[in-house]
Amino acid sequence: MSAKLSMDKLSIGCVCLPGGSIGNHTGAWRSMMPVFKHAACIGCRACELVCPEGCVFENPGKKHLVEKLKREIADRDFDPDYCKGCGMCAEECPVDDIDMGLEEK
Amino acid sequence: MAPQGRQEILEGAMAVAHAVARCRPEVIAAYPITPQTHISEELSTIVADGELQAEFVKVESEFGAASVCLGASAAGARAYTATSSQGLMLMAEVLWNIAGMRLPVVLACANRSVSAPLSIWCDHQDADSIRDCGVIQLHAEDAQEAVDQHVIAFKAAEDRRVLLPVMVNLDGFLLTHVFEPVELPDQALCDAFLGKYEALYKLDPGDPMSFGCFTEPDKCMEGRWMIHDACLRSAAVIEEVSAAFARTFGRNSGGLLEEYKSADADTVLVAKGSICGTIKDVVDELRDKGRRVGLVRIKTFRPFPRDRIVAAVRGAKRITVVEKGGSFGSGGVVTPELKDALYDAGLRIPVSGFCVQLGGREVAPDGIQEIIDRVEKGEQVHYEYFRLKKAILPDLVP
Repeated sequence: MSAKLSMDKLSIGCVCLPGGSIGNHTGAWRSMMPVFKHAACIGCRACELVCPEGCVFENPGKKHLVEKLKREIADRDFDPDYCKGCGMCAEECPVDDIDMGLEEK
Repeated sequence: MAPQGRQEILEGAMAVAHAVARCRPEVIAAYPITPQTHISEELSTIVADGELQAEFVKVESEFGAASVCLGASAAGARAYTATSSQGLMLMAEVLWNIAGMRLPVVLACANRSVSAPLSIWCDHQDADSIRDCGVIQLHAEDAQEAVDQHVIAFKAAEDRRVLLPVMVNLDGFLLTHVFEPVELPDQALCDAFLGKYEALYKLDPGDPMSFGCFTEPDKCMEGRWMIHDACLRSAAVIEEVSAAFARTFGRNSGGLLEEYKSADADTVLVAKGSICGTIKDVVDELRDKGRRVGLVRIKTFRPFPRDRIVAAVRGAKRITVVEKGGSFGSGGVVTPELKDALYDAGLRIPVSGFCVQLGGREVAPDGIQEIIDRVEKGEQVHYEYFRLKKAILPDLVP
């Protein structure tokens, strides 16, 4: 019975299975949007760890060269479907490689 | 305890505790507050003595008590708590969640005034002020009804057509601390009547799920509507369960309304709770003198039995609500709901609302009679604090 539960068709008590909230696109709440500059990022993953939505990810096909480290680092990007624009990634980035910009819709 | 069919002289709260134990809740969580304390205190003794197999969870507050009941109910357990006044206020946030998650928690409210000014005595402002959250509210007139309404509460709450929390209201001190003849429900009958609670959904690490999930604006209204709809439809279930209770236990303690000599009455009083005992005495006296007075007693306040009340009062020349609560800055709580129902039914019967007994102020039969005399002389009041003592008000009050 529980295999049918989702938030597409409501259940008594609005019960859902793990992953059932995947359709809740919290990106609609956003007014500010992060801009990942892919310049100074040292790959520390602080942005991934502090993101309350878990929507910052490593973009496997993309890399940037960090002069100071003399090596390439995988790009981080965010999923606009879920990013609420809270700015925690930008606030915590130790090398100031994320800006927050006003999103115009 | 006495065998089936025998009355005992029990304190109201104690009687409720033993009735609850016979409903076999699996989890009880409560925090002491006057005048509820004897219910949870006695239940903790019953559990500690091994008479009831249940978890009695000692909590740090009523917020904790309600939260434990929420979690226990979501895990598929029959859960119970009891509170009063500030305790109910502290539970408020959780009660909205319990109702929204559609968990059939049963609780008692030993009705008590809400601070400030501080008062430990009875009125209905605690229960009235959480009327909007989806908790079904029953009101007992005496200890026997408080006992029986608990059995009805579990049965109705757990019905798949309902799945909502039910709160049994019993007037603090007036019912909790008074010794009355009470017949406790027989254990075997109670077991057969209630059966075991089988949850529709339950928390299980092997089959994880979340309750009351986040809804975007495109779904939230439907989530809320389901609560409203289930609460409205619970009226029929409460009547059905109450009738089954009467057949099984021989007592007519449930239902939505009691119509007491109101069928041919010119003056109909409307009230809920223990004050109805006093009103019935006055009705009897006035009937002896040939005056056509009656009482319609609200036994179920949520869902509000609109149609039943309209049908019960439609022949009256005047209606007088006697309530132990109100909404500051507006008026009564029961009075406007009654007027709302009458208006929709196209009835323009004059309705008066009297606020009595706030903070335990006694209203003896002479007070009820004074109210009846006044409205029968043609007076109509929107909402009046009855026998307000203006002499003790400060000079700053105009």
